[in-house]
Amino acid sequence: MTHEMPQDDPNSARRRWMSVLARADAAAIEIRLGACPPLPAHERVRGPESGLVMVRGRAGGTGAPFNLGEMTVTRCSVRLPGGRVGHSYVAGRDQRQAELAAVLDALLQDPDYAPRLEAAVIAPLEAAQQARRAERAGKAAATRVQFFAMQTMRS
Amino acid sequence: MAYVAVKGGERAIDNAHAWLAEERRGDPALPDLTLPQIREQLGRAVDRAMAEGSLYDPDLGALAVKQAQGDLIEAAFLLRAYRTTLPRFAHSRPIDTAAMQVERRISAVFKDLPGGQILGPTYDYTHRLLDFALAAGDLVPHAPKAHAPQEPMPRVPDILRAEGMMEADAPDDAEPGDLTREPLTFPADRDVRLQALARGDEGFLLGLGYSTQRGYGGSHPFAGEIRMGEAAVEIVPPELGFAIDIGDVVVTECQMVNQFKGSKTVPPQFTRGYGLVFGFSERKAMAMALVDRAMRAEELGEDVTAPAQNVEFVLYHSDNIEATGFVEHLKLPHYVDFQSELQNLRRLRAEVERAAEAEQSPSPVAAEGRGEGAAPPTPHEGAVP
Repeated sequence: MTHEMPQDDPNSARRRWMSVLARADAAAIEIRLGACPPLPAHERVRGPESGLVMVRGRAGGTGAPFNLGEMTVTRCSVRLPGGRVGHSYVAGRDQRQAELAAVLDALLQDPDYAPRLEAAVIAPLEAAQQARRAERAGKAAATRVQFFAMQTMRS
Repeated sequence: MAYVAVKGGERAIDNAHAWLAEERRGDPALPDLTLPQIREQLGRAVDRAMAEGSLYDPDLGALAVKQAQGDLIEAAFLLRAYRTTLPRFAHSRPIDTAAMQVERRISAVFKDLPGGQILGPTYDYTHRLLDFALAAGDLVPHAPKAHAPQEPMPRVPDILRAEGMMEADAPDDAEPGDLTREPLTFPADRDVRLQALARGDEGFLLGLGYSTQRGYGGSHPFAGEIRMGEAAVEIVPPELGFAIDIGDVVVTECQMVNQFKGSKTVPPQFTRGYGLVFGFSERKAMAMALVDRAMRAEELGEDVTAPAQNVEFVLYHSDNIEATGFVEHLKLPHYVDFQSELQNLRRLRAEVERAAEAEQSPSPVAAEGRGEGAAPPTPHEGAVP
């Protein structure tokens, strides 16, 4: 999980919302959008269409890259009436998710829309994803072996 | 003849498939299995279908398992066939397993290591007694949670390398070979070997890995580290020009640490075998790491004597889709081939009988006993690939 974006990355804000939208299914995005005014009409420039990404690993974790296997991915590109373009690439085959993610990517680049969408959609989705991650991390932590023989000896 | 036979088979084939569909559904009085049920409750089966099908998509994996009635090689075959229908948009940046959200991480070489030993949802230490409470159904178990400040979990070989005890593994960003695009050729480099192993048959690799432990090309392995969890996948779409995160894949990684005597140029140090597999698939990741190390024998100046060290043998036989295709093709009509075999055999037997008769002609009584038993069948040499 590489969520620490370098501060000097000019694309860090965009990378963040794209990463959040890639992990939220269409239903979850639509529920959050329910709290927002209707989205402006958009034009599909490409897709939504499903395809593959070849996932790579590195020999030994740090060595030369190799092809591990493919995963499904769905992408979409849209244009808003003002000409702003949004893109999405999301794991899986949820075309509605990919289209919503592309529209939101375009709108989040627009300072008129960004604050409201950030508050109503991105922040809550991100919080839900972090909560899920924390939940699993907590369960993992509970299975961490505590070699308490040392403690027993001290007492 | 063959043409007529195919026409005649059409209805039988349709009816066979209709019956298959009925058998797959089973007793209609029972509820139909849903894909989320398979994905959630038969996760290791879905993982295996995805790993050997070389396609990560848990929903499709669940569908393949359902369609194949739980036959996981058939399920992997379905996924391989499906992937050919989709265009490839991109390849990912190599996933960073050091940064993944770890759900299991154990080391058999260091008791105390940064980040600790995390058992995760493991079958280890279970008693392998059938649990009849599961048969009764409807259990809702709860796993305890602990508050955990996330500590970094460096990979064990990286710790050893910092001490100079582990072979260097400098990143080299050459474009890796891709078995889905170019046919396998030899000598096969490690990138291609790792790809083949990652999608290879778990049973085959398990047997080969086991053989290295039993002395067929042994390399004294230690399970340096095994980790499982979610790794983020990043791609760099050309229209954006920067890396974006497209989601996560669950992977299992195994780092085997092996002895190495050293050579004229390299001091004695540890070497490693590497396993990386889609899903939670520890047995496969460990077997892969053993076989990866075994196949490095030549590179490390070791004698190549055992099957697991024979790169051609391993790579030509590790793919269960290819293997099943060639083994199972034997059941397809070979009527014409067989007729010619049969004619050959009849001709040979007639020759043998004629020769025997000629030899025995002065004494026809003695010939009787020998001519009775059939000539031993010539061993069938099998089809040549």
